[in-house]
Amino acid sequence: MKTERIRTEQVGFTYEEAKHPVLEDVSLKIHEGEFVAILGHNGSGKSTLAKLLNALYLPEKGDVFVCDMNTRDDQHLWDIRRNAGMIFQNPDNQIVATVVREDVAFGLENLGVEHDEMVRRVDEALNSVGMTDYADASPHTLSGGQKQRVAIAGVLAMEPRIIIADESTSMLDPLGRAEVMNTVRGLNRDKGISVVWITHYMEEAAMADRVIVVSDGKIELEGTPRQVFQQVDKLRKLHLDVPHMTALAAELREQGIPISDQVLTVDEMAEEVLRLVCPSN
Amino acid sequence: MSIELKHVNYVYSQGTAFQHTALQDVSLKIQDHEFVALVGHTGCGKSTLVQHLNGLLKPTSGQVLINGEDIHGEHTNRKALRQRVGLVFQYPEYQLFEESVEKDIAFGPKNMGLPEDEIHRRVIAAMEMVHLDPARLAAVNPFELSGGQMRRVAIAGILAMQPEILVMDEPAAGLDPQGRDAILGIIRDLHQTGTTIIMVSHAMDDIADLATRIVVMNHGQIAMDGTPREVFCRADVMREAGLEITEAARLAGTLRERGLPVPEDIYTQEEIRDAILRLWKEKVHAQ
Repeated sequence: MKTERIRTEQVGFTYEEAKHPVLEDVSLKIHEGEFVAILGHNGSGKSTLAKLLNALYLPEKGDVFVCDMNTRDDQHLWDIRRNAGMIFQNPDNQIVATVVREDVAFGLENLGVEHDEMVRRVDEALNSVGMTDYADASPHTLSGGQKQRVAIAGVLAMEPRIIIADESTSMLDPLGRAEVMNTVRGLNRDKGISVVWITHYMEEAAMADRVIVVSDGKIELEGTPRQVFQQVDKLRKLHLDVPHMTALAAELREQGIPISDQVLTVDEMAEEVLRLVCPSN
Repeated sequence: MSIELKHVNYVYSQGTAFQHTALQDVSLKIQDHEFVALVGHTGCGKSTLVQHLNGLLKPTSGQVLINGEDIHGEHTNRKALRQRVGLVFQYPEYQLFEESVEKDIAFGPKNMGLPEDEIHRRVIAAMEMVHLDPARLAAVNPFELSGGQMRRVAIAGILAMQPEILVMDEPAAGLDPQGRDAILGIIRDLHQTGTTIIMVSHAMDDIADLATRIVVMNHGQIAMDGTPREVFCRADVMREAGLEITEAARLAGTLRERGLPVPEDIYTQEEIRDAILRLWKEKVHAQ
């Protein structure tokens, strides 16, 4: 049994002056080394959930535990934030220093980490996100994807067990999105860091180990990407996209072709079509 | 109303250490009622090009003509030309600033010096075009709206100037599927009612649905210019420009490589579905 990193127990949350709760009765667990995508449309409650996972918000009902520490417990606040690092949406809102290296060191300076240790951690973090060559660059000369990688390095320097990415690719172009997604996927695989990947892009959710679909503040679907995405009608009802190839497979099945409902990618679809129409089969 | 770029070159920070050629000998003519998608990876020059279309940037050399008139000509009324070419930047909702939706949308028409009743009429019409209910939302503070609604307010502010050509830089970026579909539906309606659309986008499936023409930029030059059908069957040129083709076109290509008789110019989901159905029926008949 893998170690539990995050656990929410029947969490509810209502914004001040709002009539309805934005989250209701959300219980989930995230384990060591897991890559979990949280998928939902705008206003579904997914970003609120992210902010509850590192004590930026405290739950109105229920409890949130990060590495077995309750986020209500004031004395653990900084331990929780160090263990669960957060990357936000806008690459331009997260960078504070005028040199990349100093930006990555910012969190460590606040913790009072000694100089040699700080240099070691900053170098290692920049190396892990492939930004070593830009250590002395000025952040404003970087692309959006590069800025997000610097933000990730800043989180990594704190040696977290969990990275929470709240729509961290939604302002990037397709190359930048792939760059950031691959960086985080690599850290997850190589360092065993758990990832909570909040997104409304189903292509990104399709790369996760597990997908949790949030709608109207509740968990609506949960499972592997294949289990979740084969529910084409339900996802559409929740105003979410379905992978093109999964939708195509559903249309072909309606026309009587016995094609698998597990298809997600172009290559998988090609194999299915070849299997079905080649004369030898 | 046509827009034409003739041998446009644009160099940033000319004569300094940061000198950088963003556009190189770009020639392009866009006619009335076209829906042109402008695509290319970050840094390919498409945003620089867009800023030439209403005179925000002046070519280092070459000309930008609107209905045959040089935008930067000595006697050109640049302000009047700008009103005919509406430019919607990326994340336009960041530029909202007024205390009510109505005032924000009225800002452009007011600057045009229109009479009050005409401004009011245009604000109402623009709100209806972007599906915001004037009775319910005109007096509301725009910052109380959702992200998708704020973006529609920003677009309405441009529409209220009644441009003949609408240039939009990534109008659906950052929106969720529902917000994206709402914005793209509005753009489709504007095109069908006669507005010429020039849209910068990375979303190939949105482009396949909407555009009548695709211009591919790479290294500050036009790498390809054609209909979606012509462009999406050139996976090689697209890949070189750092771009993807639609999944339907990729699937068609893969199946063809593996020896199946799939037409070469397929790029939509319907076309690939019908092609697979045909293959399936042929196989069933053969047995």
